[in-house]
Amino acid sequence: MADSIRLHYDVSGTDFTLAGAASSDVKRTLKQLGISPDAIRNVAIAMYEGEINMVIHAGGGEIDVEITENDIRMVLEDHGPGIENVELAMKEGYSTAPDNIRSLGFGAGMGLPNIKKYTDDFRIETQLGVGTKLILKVNI
Amino acid sequence: MKMWVKKMKIKDFAEKLELKVLTAYDDSKEIKGCYCGDLLSWVMSRAKEGDAWLTVMGNVNAVAVAVLTECACIVLTENASLDEQAKQKAEMQGVCFLQSSENAYELAVKISELI
Ligand SMILES: Nc1ncnc2c1ncn2[C@@H]1O[C@H](COP(=O)(O)OP(=O)(O)OP(=O)(O)O)[C@@H](O)[C@H]1O
Ligand SMILES: [Mg+2]
Repeated sequence: MADSIRLHYDVSGTDFTLAGAASSDVKRTLKQLGISPDAIRNVAIAMYEGEINMVIHAGGGEIDVEITENDIRMVLEDHGPGIENVELAMKEGYSTAPDNIRSLGFGAGMGLPNIKKYTDDFRIETQLGVGTKLILKVNI
Repeated sequence: MKMWVKKMKIKDFAEKLELKVLTAYDDSKEIKGCYCGDLLSWVMSRAKEGDAWLTVMGNVNAVAVAVLTECACIVLTENASLDEQAKQKAEMQGVCFLQSSENAYELAVKISELI
């Protein structure tokens, strides 16, 4: 694999039935490329949680994935409300998800902690009223 | 500790546990384990490929998690319902939904005797 592979996804903030579709597509691509199951699992977990957060907290966004020889890089960017206190948001169990979202199975407050746990490189840039950007890397 | 792993086809699994089959399914899939939970972020990082996932979440988000974790089937416990949108998405994506009147504990005990 000389050149890297780039994938781009627009994530809808209104259509819940599509949530997870981008992550599934990346997983399928990685399998076809013969990437190791461990790396695929890490990417699937991190990307799914980021994708869902975009949908339930930020009204959708965009995801760019780059697959290189050594790693898989993901950039997830939204123009939602931003995160007021990142340290708090990173705590296991912390969630601001409202009741109607919780009743769907979200709101455990485990999304961001899982993203950090299952990636080799994790950066979060967020500004109130502007949006949130996650920059993630999983080594192959 | 069990030193072997038994595998079971969905059809056999559903019959032995008297589960109602709610969606069309691919019987080549094998059940190798079991995971119980309703909070999707827990399930996403804990359920393993081939697990029977016991939950009350019969919605499209559960379907997405089942696809990503590659669990063998979703068993809706305590007769939890499967919504129509989820049923359609499940059949499109090859996710099998089963249903039981028992709770997750009762069912998991029986599963542990089977596999
Ligand atoms: N993209 C985002 N935009 C705005 N706020 C966010 C975003 N992502 C996360 N947050 C905030 O950080 C909190 C913690 O996020 P995290 O993903 O850990 O938990 P959750 O989404 O609430 O629940 P879970 O992921 O377990 O279903 C959220 O409740 C929300 O307040
Ligand atoms: Mg989340």
